[in-house]
Amino acid sequence: MELEVARSDAAEPVVPRLELRGIDKSFPGCKANDGVDLSILPGEIHALLGENGAGKSTLVKIIYGILHADAGTIAWEGQKTHIAGPSFARNLGIGMVFQHFSLFEALTVAENIALGVEGDHDMSRLEARIEEVSAAYGLPLDPRRHVHSLSVGERQRIEIVRCLLQDPRLLIMDEPTSVLTPQEVDTLFGTLRRLSSEGCSILYISHKLDEIKQLCDTATVLRGGKFVGACDPKEESPQSMARMMIGDDVKEPKPQGDAQVGEVVLSVADLSLQSQDPFGTDLKAVTFNVHAGEIFGIAGIAGNGQNELLAALSGEQLVPDGAAVVIGGQPSGRLGPRRRRSLGLSFVPEERHGHGAVPALRLTENAFLSGHLREKLVRWGLIDFPKTAEYAQKICESFDVRTSGINAEASSLSGGNLQKFIIGREILQRPNLMIAAQPTWGVDAGAAASIHQALIDLAASGAAVLVVSQELDELFAISDRIAVMSSGHLSAARPTAATTLEEIGLLMGGDGGAAGERMINVA
Amino acid sequence: MMGMIDTLAAILVTVVTAATPLVFAATGELVNEKAGVLNLGVEGMMLVGAVSGFAAAIATGNPVIAIFVAMLAGALMAFLFGVLTLSLMANQVATGLALTMFGVGLSALIGQDYVGTPIKGLAKLSIPVLTDLPLIGPVIFGQDFLVYLSLVLVAAVAWFLKSTRAGLILRATGESHDAAHALGYSVIGIRYLAVMFGGAMSGLAGAYLSLAYTPMWAENMSAGRGWIALALVVFATWKPGRVLVGAYLFGGVTILQLHAQGAGFAVPSQALSMLPYLATIVVLVAISRDSTRIRLNAPACIGKVFHPET
Repeated sequence: MELEVARSDAAEPVVPRLELRGIDKSFPGCKANDGVDLSILPGEIHALLGENGAGKSTLVKIIYGILHADAGTIAWEGQKTHIAGPSFARNLGIGMVFQHFSLFEALTVAENIALGVEGDHDMSRLEARIEEVSAAYGLPLDPRRHVHSLSVGERQRIEIVRCLLQDPRLLIMDEPTSVLTPQEVDTLFGTLRRLSSEGCSILYISHKLDEIKQLCDTATVLRGGKFVGACDPKEESPQSMARMMIGDDVKEPKPQGDAQVGEVVLSVADLSLQSQDPFGTDLKAVTFNVHAGEIFGIAGIAGNGQNELLAALSGEQLVPDGAAVVIGGQPSGRLGPRRRRSLGLSFVPEERHGHGAVPALRLTENAFLSGHLREKLVRWGLIDFPKTAEYAQKICESFDVRTSGINAEASSLSGGNLQKFIIGREILQRPNLMIAAQPTWGVDAGAAASIHQALIDLAASGAAVLVVSQELDELFAISDRIAVMSSGHLSAARPTAATTLEEIGLLMGGDGGAAGERMINVA
Repeated sequence: MMGMIDTLAAILVTVVTAATPLVFAATGELVNEKAGVLNLGVEGMMLVGAVSGFAAAIATGNPVIAIFVAMLAGALMAFLFGVLTLSLMANQVATGLALTMFGVGLSALIGQDYVGTPIKGLAKLSIPVLTDLPLIGPVIFGQDFLVYLSLVLVAAVAWFLKSTRAGLILRATGESHDAAHALGYSVIGIRYLAVMFGGAMSGLAGAYLSLAYTPMWAENMSAGRGWIALALVVFATWKPGRVLVGAYLFGGVTILQLHAQGAGFAVPSQALSMLPYLATIVVLVAISRDSTRIRLNAPACIGKVFHPET
């Protein structure tokens, strides 16, 4: 709507850099885009808003030529065009930074960039250009490093530099900040504003409304694959934009108020462990306690030892020193996952398909696999089907899991619904200790709110809850205390009320207590 | 004294010829695994290559044509594998096993009439003076041209994978097919080419067996070398140079145990025949114990079916 005004007022009409009209795209069983319109002006930072499944990624893939629309027209700088494939899009001047980075771990930075750049194929010249561009935009990058040794922030820089080398006229950023520290986000925004002032249009996809308000000039909102409106984010509040996205108000989780903190349920003392993954991070003297009735949050950028810590806590990797992990007063380091579960541990891993649930099995069977001990679902050595079905039914009802029925395969559920099922399955077993990794990763706002509420209620009922997450907003919303993992170290825990996003962000970047030690390790 | 040197030279020459088919087959398979495709049909493709090359040699009398026919036959088998696994998205392990069984049967059928037919083996290089040098003459300057070709092949593949853009794209396809697809590379097309190259090299390896190593056709004459080639690729951590080392090791032990059998050691001949297989695996397992190296060099997408989004 804003755009229409801008165009009719101007003496010379501004030709949009990219204009989409009536884009339709269907997949078997769902209509991902339904008559979507989008118009991006030169030099504009344009937000594309919507919940998971609203069709943002599909639309962007159509613009970048990975997918082809079933109907509708695309005009580039006023010329109707058919974007045949990604290399055609790159030749037009469209660059894309993917949400799940399209990088090759075993290749070097320069090799990765070479794969996405047309033309110049001389490696040493390319390396020189990478250094030049990365210095010019304040994105330090060593072209000869292997990608697997880089942090997530550095990996994103590769993608951005790759786009910049093409002198893009439209840069698409798909959820770029979900993996960055607050400081890295500031740097990124600086780069984007500079590009925009140089005339490059930016299509910015995110569900973080405060960021969009800060950065973007215009926003297009999608819901259920349809265009629902456009707005000026600077004029809107995050709440009003959320209402456009969801069509309803989001329920904020209710904090439990004064936590009734009980005795220590999980105690980790001086836990040092070598990673089993050659690209992993070793744990270095990790120490913390989680009390009954509290939610303890562990923040940190992925790959700083969280996977190793979770494996050591769940029992998937045994700890030689049994006393380093104490669950409910019992040294458990050398106990396997089953023994730890019988001590009252419940574990919700990050990966839902294949780790938290078996995708090809039904919900009832998935319920049985985790709950048969504590829910006594075995009779005479056989599966007690009626009781298992009852248990699965109860999970779906209590946690609002939307599914065609308890005999649906786990893989048929959307990410958010499956996560609600997994969390519900564990909570119904009345654990004393709940460990959840990235509980709302890739889950839409409504499901995330109900998962947060479930964790808060669980803690209020007297269980100890440990949440490991990269989403600082999430940890600030639900946890009582927060500690930060960086390079295998865990910072001292601080009460959430007494810390700030900036402070935690600095610790995530390794500028806190652990940074000094890390420097020594590097030397 | 001269007699001993001649014997030694004869042994070394046979070591090289025993190793050469493995070099071809394993290098081909290496390229096709680097593109992310696991083709367990090497043994079958070798046999089909061996019998087609042999038949072409008898029909035309021209070894070059025979070798091309063998490569073509191997590539056709691989194309069949590609249609099943790449276009129809069948499971690569099951399809590869089926391809081997198919190749064993097909080659036996084609070769029925050729069993026991003798042909002249591939000519050895002969350079005046140089080839007449004691020891190094026959070993270095007295091999057939395929031996030299196999060495050139290893160097060329190593250079291709490391230094060319096409090699980089091929490695990227094996590393993450989704990312390669997102960048606009034709994953399926690249894999077809890689698979057919692997097939052609297996066919060439087979032809080496039936035209040079033992110039004749016998049913199942590859005797498990296709499987050794597959193992070589993994244990050599997908490095062409190490494939070469592993193949020569295998060739060396093969020939040594033959001489040991000839010398009449009091060890059952079956146990001695096992030696080359055992030795190759033991040595290469020891080399590849470093799991970091395996993870760095192993194509991450190997054996995974690629479903392009539409």
